[in-house]
Amino acid sequence: MSAIYSQKIEKSERIPKLIEHLFEKMPQIESERAVLLTQSYKETEGQPITLRRAKAFAHILEGLPITIRPLELVVGSNTKMPRSCQVFPEYSYSWLEDEFDTIETRSADPFYISDETKKTLKDVYTYWKGKTTSELATSYMAPEALTAIEHNMFTPGNYFYNGIGHVTVDYAKVLKIGFKGIEAEAKAALEKLSVADADYARRHHFLEAVIISCQAVCNYAKRYAALAKKMASDATEPRKSELLKIAENCQRVPQNGATSFYEACQSFWFVQMLLQTESSGHSISPGRFDQYMYPYYIADLESGKITREFAQELIDCIWVKLNDLNKVRDAASAEGFAGYSLFQNLIVGGQDSNGRDATNDISYMCMNATMHVSLPQPSFSVRVWNGTPHEFMIRAAEVTRTGVGLPAYYNDEVIIPSLQSRGLTLEDARDYNIIGCVEPQKAAKTDGWHDAAFFNMCRPLEMVFSGGVDNGVQIGPQTGDVTKMQSFEEFYDAYKTQMNYFIELMVNADNAIDVAHAELCPLPFQSCMVEDCIGRGKSLQEGGAIYNFTGPQGFGIANMTDSLYAIKTLVYEQKVFTIAELKEALQNNFGKDMDAKKAEQITTQVAKEFVKSGKVLSSDDVKVIYETVVKNNCSGDKKDAYGKILDKIGELPKFGNDVAEVDSFARDVAYTYTRPLLNYKNPRGGQYQAGLYPVSANVPLGAQTGATPDGRLAFTPVADGVSPAAGRDVKGPTAAANSVSRLDHYIASNGTLFNMKFHPSALAGAGGLESFVALVRGYFDQKGSHMQFNVVSRETLRDAQANPEKYKSLVVRVAGYSALFTTLSRSLQDDIINRTQQGEF
Amino acid sequence: MADSKLLTRGRIFDIQRFSTHDGPGIRTIVFLKGCALRCRWCCNPESQSYNIEQMKQNEKIKTIGKDVTVAEVLEEVLRDAPYYRRSGGGITLSGGESLLQPDFAISLLKACHDHGINTAIETTGFAEQSVIERFIPHIDLFLMDIKHINSAKHAEFTGQPNERILENAALIARQAKRLIVRVPVIPGFNDTETEISDIAAFAKSLNGVNEIHLLPYHRMGRDKYEGLNRPYLMGDVPPPTSEHMEKLINVARSHGLTAKIGG
Repeated sequence: MSAIYSQKIEKSERIPKLIEHLFEKMPQIESERAVLLTQSYKETEGQPITLRRAKAFAHILEGLPITIRPLELVVGSNTKMPRSCQVFPEYSYSWLEDEFDTIETRSADPFYISDETKKTLKDVYTYWKGKTTSELATSYMAPEALTAIEHNMFTPGNYFYNGIGHVTVDYAKVLKIGFKGIEAEAKAALEKLSVADADYARRHHFLEAVIISCQAVCNYAKRYAALAKKMASDATEPRKSELLKIAENCQRVPQNGATSFYEACQSFWFVQMLLQTESSGHSISPGRFDQYMYPYYIADLESGKITREFAQELIDCIWVKLNDLNKVRDAASAEGFAGYSLFQNLIVGGQDSNGRDATNDISYMCMNATMHVSLPQPSFSVRVWNGTPHEFMIRAAEVTRTGVGLPAYYNDEVIIPSLQSRGLTLEDARDYNIIGCVEPQKAAKTDGWHDAAFFNMCRPLEMVFSGGVDNGVQIGPQTGDVTKMQSFEEFYDAYKTQMNYFIELMVNADNAIDVAHAELCPLPFQSCMVEDCIGRGKSLQEGGAIYNFTGPQGFGIANMTDSLYAIKTLVYEQKVFTIAELKEALQNNFGKDMDAKKAEQITTQVAKEFVKSGKVLSSDDVKVIYETVVKNNCSGDKKDAYGKILDKIGELPKFGNDVAEVDSFARDVAYTYTRPLLNYKNPRGGQYQAGLYPVSANVPLGAQTGATPDGRLAFTPVADGVSPAAGRDVKGPTAAANSVSRLDHYIASNGTLFNMKFHPSALAGAGGLESFVALVRGYFDQKGSHMQFNVVSRETLRDAQANPEKYKSLVVRVAGYSALFTTLSRSLQDDIINRTQQGEF
Repeated sequence: MADSKLLTRGRIFDIQRFSTHDGPGIRTIVFLKGCALRCRWCCNPESQSYNIEQMKQNEKIKTIGKDVTVAEVLEEVLRDAPYYRRSGGGITLSGGESLLQPDFAISLLKACHDHGINTAIETTGFAEQSVIERFIPHIDLFLMDIKHINSAKHAEFTGQPNERILENAALIARQAKRLIVRVPVIPGFNDTETEISDIAAFAKSLNGVNEIHLLPYHRMGRDKYEGLNRPYLMGDVPPPTSEHMEKLINVARSHGLTAKIGG
């Protein structure tokens, strides 16, 4: 075996030009897919749904405008304009219609939409009324579950309104046998069917749908071949030759198996892009790109057909293309997933299915690509195990140091046994990759439903205080008068009762959505690349995969740990204040004023209610409402009393400071979510498994949560992932990591997320990289599962100066050593800000 | 039987985890209280007096200094053992001056060695020879300041002459596992090429010494003087420019030493 080539490779001049073109204009919403889909649906009324889906997919691929962007080497775009998106009315549409006039100016992820597109979509939408997955799912949900969603106990929003996505298909198979090969498999399966089989009709429809989809994809690629050829005839060299090569590639792949690395890149891209044309699901994750691309690369390299530089250029081109795809979400979800992110997770390194280290040249070239392109996609990840080469770690640390927030680090030593405990074979577990944010699974065999819901663990605690009443409605179990609870055990039991109840409702909601997708939106194209859909003759959505899961995320562990710990020690052990006093303090937000932004929102709501009831409001009236909302108008005495309670809570040790007692308590609190979930099954025959992370939903969902007994004020963000609550870990990175490692990362097999903030200066020099790697290693030795680093910018430092309470754990390097930024004097902080320029390390 | 050294008491004023610049790897720095020198540029003025004192910091009064047992410190130090193992890190005693609390410091160092933890000390080297000899077996790395070769100037800026320091440097170089010489580069005190050259020449003459660190003066400690109600004698002297530091580092290298800026 030849030695691994780990050196950096220069960036081609093409790459910055591609990126410049990508970001020239604001992304826009395009309507062609919706129009074509609707045309096809109208023509196939009454036919089996799987076939209707395949025919619609084929019709879309016949009619969707195609475009080759300037200087591209790897081609295929489902929109005319870069970074734009098609829409998917089969899942839901009314939110978009409602936002037509605001979507261009909203703060999170705005899109341009032309008047013409608005009109076209309005026409199309008339067809979809009553036909979407979200409407069907709603009709399948228990009324209590709908109420719980309305009251923000949890949100199943992602799959409720969109496609599922969250899958890694068998890229290797497409590269090897092409869609011609997959079509042949489907045909062979058809041959084997007996007309007397009990499920003959369903299998037959599905396999026929696969064949239609495969052919549609091949024909689509040939449209690109023709376009490239036509463009070549008008082009001058060297572009002419490039276009002719593109034409040749698209003529061959993805129909046939790839015969070169370049063809493999093109074939990969068609799969990646078309998965996101068939459905609107995000987190379609390329997975172990370094593994399935390597054979094509090394064969070409050894036979002299390709240079490393050109292979790197192609990989860089794919990185740029991954940023060309986009998705429009409703305003609330856009805040939860801010940054136009599609979470296309691509992972390198780790073990192969035989347990040997799998690092190769492409692993390093992917690191180069991430540094060359410096864009959010792909969500770049690395797998780490005891046998990971040190050089690999150092190179990854260098990528981290650039400040892109990538890669994320994953621990094989936790994830492999964790997946085995969920029924994966050892070989499959070793071959895991990550979906979306942090969710591990085995590619090409899994339908993981990894992002099934967000469950806000703070809300059930509020229900304990209110006896299950929210805004005057009994939405949870009546756990009794909280002020009469005599022991912490009694209180904690009430919390668990509330948790269990709402977990059950969340399962009900998820299963309803699951069934709706199976009935209305099976995806034959996606399914033909996941085992054993062809063998079983059913789509992924109907349970065609080998491994089936549903993974809803719990978040707010740190807040609940600190809250319950405060109640346990201050109310029941030390009896510093009573539970009734605490309840009153919480209701009054500890006597503090409200966050101005939230107050504005509430004022708007109240004003709307007044207007609805027929009142006419002057601007002065609105002002008065705002003043009442924002100002905490309890008396001075009360304020003092609440303030004292808040101070006492503040003095307690908090999660994230390496205090064993608090940390083991956190482990137990996490179990209140992770354990009950294991009791539930989904309609695809799979198990529920918990994740512990909120993406960025901790901010918007925190805005729906009142004050909590950990001293968190009303409507402020809830803690991020399994990370300590913002600003409460004050003992530096190793202490925080030790605390987080005391959680049970094995049971949260849908993933945990630990975010740490660093300033690039803390990673300066070779020594900085070594220390950083040791930090990751040390955390992983203690069985943490995931770690990612926010290497912060100068702007963040300014924010930290203004809001030190949010940044107590931020590490910066000061003259010759590292320190917590907020502990430094103002003048020194200024000094650091002033001498910190991007890239100066 | 209880390990009696764990009960030894000493006075510290801070423990800082995840330090990566005072010795190899990821380290926990234990700051001992009390020092025999009074360097004008000292960035930890609260370390100088052995007495427990009050300092105002960010509008709050903080008590500086507390008496602890070796066992208490060890517990804190052991927390980061996973990171020491991965990085070759360990404990670094700083101060203040650890040599002034030999029973406590040596017990702590021994206890760390019992747990296989690498030990380092940041020191002025200002102590009796016999004290230093007691420390040597328990220290894997000495980071020792040589601030000036001229004793009179040394005394003027630090309050103590340098003869004993230079003798101890030679002793440590002969007997200890490893010694790295450190020079705080202070404008107006030792920042000329000649002065740095003299220090480097001395360092090079020491048995087995091959590394020198130049630590540029910074104003990190200025606010603390105010908090302690003490005058800041350095005034508005600006830190050395990076161009100047480059020049000095080349001077140090010209003596055949491995030299770097910062720890």
